[in-house]
Amino acid sequence: MTKSSPSKVHVTTTINGQEHELLVPPYMSLLDTLRELIGLTGTKEGCLDGNCGACTVSVDGRIVDSCLVLGPEVDGKTVDTVEGMATTDGLHPLQQAFLEEAALQCGICTPGFLVAAKGLLDNEPSPSEGRIRHWLAGNLCRCTGYDKIVRAVQKASS
Amino acid sequence: MAVLNEHGDRARPLAGGTDLLVKARANVWELDAVVDVKNIPELMNLTVGKNGLSIGAGVPCYQVYENSEVADEYPGIIDGTSIIGGIQIQSRAGLGGNLCNAAPSGDGIPALIAHSAVARIAGPSGTREVAVEEFCTGPSRTVLQLGELLVSIEVPKPATNSGAAYTRFIPRNEMDIAVAGVGVYVVLDDSGNNFESARIALASVGPTPILATEAGDILAGKPVNDETIGSAASLARDAASPITDMRGTIEQRKHLIEVLTGRMIKQAVERARG
Repeated sequence: MTKSSPSKVHVTTTINGQEHELLVPPYMSLLDTLRELIGLTGTKEGCLDGNCGACTVSVDGRIVDSCLVLGPEVDGKTVDTVEGMATTDGLHPLQQAFLEEAALQCGICTPGFLVAAKGLLDNEPSPSEGRIRHWLAGNLCRCTGYDKIVRAVQKASS
Repeated sequence: MAVLNEHGDRARPLAGGTDLLVKARANVWELDAVVDVKNIPELMNLTVGKNGLSIGAGVPCYQVYENSEVADEYPGIIDGTSIIGGIQIQSRAGLGGNLCNAAPSGDGIPALIAHSAVARIAGPSGTREVAVEEFCTGPSRTVLQLGELLVSIEVPKPATNSGAAYTRFIPRNEMDIAVAGVGVYVVLDDSGNNFESARIALASVGPTPILATEAGDILAGKPVNDETIGSAASLARDAASPITDMRGTIEQRKHLIEVLTGRMIKQAVERARG
């Protein structure tokens, strides 16, 4: 470690509505910060290079691949993960639609798809099928062939 | 800058991180330090002004293509910016990083070259400007020297009766690396029937993005028709010097350049005519 590389970076961030103060190793990804420091293991590691979208989370309302964000970068920012989607009233409409449409098999890609789809529907409540497919192009699923996922997102849109 | 200077090749500026963190993780780059430049206001500035467009080196793609003024005046730049990676990548990656990554396939670069954009670089002895077509010197290599930082990309205001367009060929619908790409900027005369000038830039067909000077120059003063557009497309094909790799062969890529150049000239003309 050099003087420019502190062993830990003090980070204050709001995750799923709750403020966290963390000491994050400077080169720890946001993905590992969520999973290992906070225990939020809903966000999955897939490719670790920005192709698969399994680690998608929302930072200040924009979806990102959390494997390509460093934990210290979310200081002062708001992070939302799949764990924040359901409420005490029940599942998020997208989660309910994924269940009803059987839009998952192995489930590894599902948290990323849910967070990405929420990022779309929060801003565009009634997207076209083409728009849904374009928006979700950064999320890969090797089980479903995508049709059921797209149908589930359509079902959850208004 | 002090940290970047101290560590030389073992330190890198961090903007979107979508190339940097992948390369660092794969040990392509062995790093002692990364410096987050997103707190430098000048690097995050996006301005559409009377004299042109200024894109800070850290501005992410979505801020460029969601800006209605940029979309109105610089649709060719939007064409490239909106197809870099998926939505997640576009939240972080920007044109500055696309340029500094210096991939021959960078989708953001050809339209910038076609628009005669200039890279503004800060260094120990002040700032200097380099034409975007001269910025990349090889795959992952640029003109940036130790202690220098890309600050912004300056795009001149488009001329009256001008239009621009970019497209690439990929075998998928989204999220792929260009097999070949073409960016075009044309200026027509007041009648809209003749070219005054044109600039054509190519992606994925050489060690760097390429300005196909002769292909653009041959259009100057010529009428807009299939024959003149075909002659420019043929010269663009000649300017391409691709390799054969897993994405495509030399012959396929040269063919693609000819086809895409014709299409992009026609699209740029349509946009120029409004």
